[in-house]
Amino acid sequence: MNLSTPPAVVTAGASLLADALRAQAVDVSEVLWQPPAGDPAALAAVMGDPRRVPANARALTAMLAAEAHLVDVVPAAEALGLGPGEFLHAGPPVEWDRASGPMRGALVGAMLFEGLAATPEDAERRLAAGDGVSWAPCHSRGAVGPMAGLITPSMWVFCLRDPSTGHESWCSLNEGLGKVLRYGAYGPEVIERLHWMTAVLGPMLQHAVRAGDPVDVKAIVAQMIQMGDEGHNRNRAGTLMFLREVLPAMIDSDFAQADVAAAVRFVSGNDHFFLNLVMPACKLQARAAAEIPGSTVVTVMARNGTDFGIQTAGTGDTWFTAPANTPEGLFLGSYGPDDANPDIGDSAITETAGIGGLAMATAPAIVRFVGGSVPDALATTQRMYDITVGENPAYGIPILEFRGTPTGIDVTAVVRSGVLPQINTGMAGRVAGTGQVGAGLVTPPMPCFTQALEALAARSAR
Amino acid sequence: MRSVQLRRGTYVDSVTLMQVSRRVAALDGVTSALVAMATELNLDLAAGMGFEVPPASPNELLVAVEAVSVDAALAEVDLALLEASRPAPSGFGSAPAPVTVRSAAARSGATVALVSTPGQWAFADAVDALDAGLLTMVFSDNVPLEQEVALKEHAARAGLLVMGPDCGTAVVGGVGLGFANVVRPGPVGIVAASGTGAQHLMALLDGAGVGVSHCLGVGGRDLSAEVAGRSTLRALDLLDADEATELVVVVSKPPAPEVAEAVRARAASLGTPVLFGLLGAGRPDLTETAAAVVQAAGGRWAAPEHWAGQVPAGRPGGALRGLFVGGTLCDEAMLVASAALGRVSSNIPLDPAWAVGDDLASDGHTMLDFGDDRLTRGRPHPMIDGALRVERLRAETEDPTTGVLLLDVVLGLGSADDPAAELVPALHAARAAGVPVVVSVTGTRDDPQGLRGQVAALHGAGAWVHLSNAAAARCALDLLGDPA
Repeated sequence: MNLSTPPAVVTAGASLLADALRAQAVDVSEVLWQPPAGDPAALAAVMGDPRRVPANARALTAMLAAEAHLVDVVPAAEALGLGPGEFLHAGPPVEWDRASGPMRGALVGAMLFEGLAATPEDAERRLAAGDGVSWAPCHSRGAVGPMAGLITPSMWVFCLRDPSTGHESWCSLNEGLGKVLRYGAYGPEVIERLHWMTAVLGPMLQHAVRAGDPVDVKAIVAQMIQMGDEGHNRNRAGTLMFLREVLPAMIDSDFAQADVAAAVRFVSGNDHFFLNLVMPACKLQARAAAEIPGSTVVTVMARNGTDFGIQTAGTGDTWFTAPANTPEGLFLGSYGPDDANPDIGDSAITETAGIGGLAMATAPAIVRFVGGSVPDALATTQRMYDITVGENPAYGIPILEFRGTPTGIDVTAVVRSGVLPQINTGMAGRVAGTGQVGAGLVTPPMPCFTQALEALAARSAR
Repeated sequence: MRSVQLRRGTYVDSVTLMQVSRRVAALDGVTSALVAMATELNLDLAAGMGFEVPPASPNELLVAVEAVSVDAALAEVDLALLEASRPAPSGFGSAPAPVTVRSAAARSGATVALVSTPGQWAFADAVDALDAGLLTMVFSDNVPLEQEVALKEHAARAGLLVMGPDCGTAVVGGVGLGFANVVRPGPVGIVAASGTGAQHLMALLDGAGVGVSHCLGVGGRDLSAEVAGRSTLRALDLLDADEATELVVVVSKPPAPEVAEAVRARAASLGTPVLFGLLGAGRPDLTETAAAVVQAAGGRWAAPEHWAGQVPAGRPGGALRGLFVGGTLCDEAMLVASAALGRVSSNIPLDPAWAVGDDLASDGHTMLDFGDDRLTRGRPHPMIDGALRVERLRAETEDPTTGVLLLDVVLGLGSADDPAAELVPALHAARAAGVPVVVSVTGTRDDPQGLRGQVAALHGAGAWVHLSNAAAARCALDLLGDPA
């Protein structure tokens, strides 16, 4: 640093001081400042931690280096070692008494699907009593699940691998829209579809994936971002690109032609099929940054329909939770805001990795869910750069001149600015068994971040 | 009709709120208006104005109005707040306004940060600025001492300089930051642990035709034993390495002895000559320091100008009452006065035994610093808003024990547009009451307020006016007569 450089000034605080600089014809950039959330002493401790900047740089480097290859499709019992009656679900841990309608509905459906209960009433009774059944967060096993996110032993899962770290991640196969288990529906057509997926779709995808080289999911994500998908609420291009990868091997298999046709119709008719591959790819990216002491980067954002929970690189697998917000958006059919359940699902892993709501600019169609305009979408992504530690050059947004997606949400930037990560999401019906009622936008509750800040402060170095 | 509201989720800085309050209070039919963040001080202020205020947190916006039509007053509040908020550009695709120093720096390629956020949060913003590689001035006061040390260590690790906290004045490369006078460029580099001291020195140098390269404020605590001169030492190195600087002057209160030794040792090791202007009993005042600097720089020194006022002498047997906006100027005046008068009571006393009570009531010869931390929490600095001092000026005039009044007026960037106008009615009242008023004016020919016009307005209202603060204090002593 030397004093001979002509000053250009950033000001934070009293506008009068910025005005005095402008009066001297100085180039002034004025911060839109507001009082931070949370405890001033905790913020000072974390900001003053000399490990913070290098640790966050390491976290970003690790996230950007992560890759994601689809290497197999197998039953969850095999991939995740789930025993009978052992379920995984979305979000932070939640007990039956506090579980939301869609989470309860999905658990009931899981019981019916696994043959652990004969009727929904029977399933509820056994779930409430914990009779022969237990459940834990998908994230506790390195997996992710959309909405209620149920993974049961018999379900088939995508298995993704990051060659840069050797980490693996798993996600269920996407069931389609409307009345589906992940939105809490458990009617006969839901269970029947799950059985078909287990009997036909899973094995066929396994054959296709095993037949060729691992599918480079990260490469497809990079392309879909340039094609108008943000990877959370829009996966249209991604789904078709994935189908292109596996279609020849599906056709070129010993499966019955009718089954192949049904599988292709199912995948191509479901614009969200690829979401269940984007999510574990994002999980691998976020997980690459886990366990970096001093880092304030968020590594997990997930919801169970009751609570929103986050984890950070500097605090291991500790959850910081607060009651989940309810999304705002457009509703299907005659559903309205009163029908919507609070935010649910592990799919906010896409935002954690810097796409989804953070890449809104590439998919302006999404902001129309809340009556927004194209400039709103562009502004949203540009705002997100203020709360992230860097950008992902692998995921370039054309309309922002191929600038990389904002990556690595920084707890300190969130609490200081009051700007929360933007999340694009589906909406589940509040009542168990309803299914999807809409889609829209939501943000995490601020207390998740202020709690994380306090935990980071408690572990800070001077 | 009275109305008190608390609004959540809105933050506006105290200066803007003061402007909003004034605008609303000036409306026809409005008796009083206070729009301020709900800090303890502001809540007390509202209570003092007769409002019943519910419990509130400092992050809430307090809107208290008494008016014939509360609705009309509140509508004006809303309009003024709306106009004060600077909405982000809304063009297609343009980025919204930055929300952190780091993001602002990344977008603008800035080299300097000026942080004036509330004291409890300023550390975070300053660290953010240092992480962005910026020369960082922390204008904010009420920053804890341990955070100041941590900040300065952070700056050392980053190879940067922190000016402050509680640094009111800096000039970097000809650009005034915070409260700064418009001075000509020149060979003198200043390191200042004193804001108004630095301003006064710069103004006196400019008046003598000697210019300034840079003025680096270091914060009033920098030369304490705890802070150990961290920023002073760094600033000396930077000025030594600066081609435009031929002579350095350090302005401060007397440092802790071991810190003084370290600073003098560093100064002696530099290639650039270093002068010291350390205020204290028996030491040179700022005017004498200015004279020494001007001579060392090869200039010609003449005593700063002054103009005599209109009331011949103080009330016999009365006390000297000094009301200051500049802390160092208050200190300097107390040093001059106590040499003749002995005890001078103050909220920033020379001797701890001379402290005034918490109510700030005058006690014999008394001088108050209205810029002290305790009086600026959640309020603009008195150089921006002199209302509290004007109120006190009137009270002192009415106090029969007041013999002579002594004031400072500090012009320059950041200061009020027309500080003389705010004082003139009270000066007339003092003259009518037979109380002489002496005013020191710190300012330069190029300051936005206009030095000549300000002096003329104050002198026209009957005040003795001096461009040297020390001379103003001596003039006040003369008017007081024999200290019986």
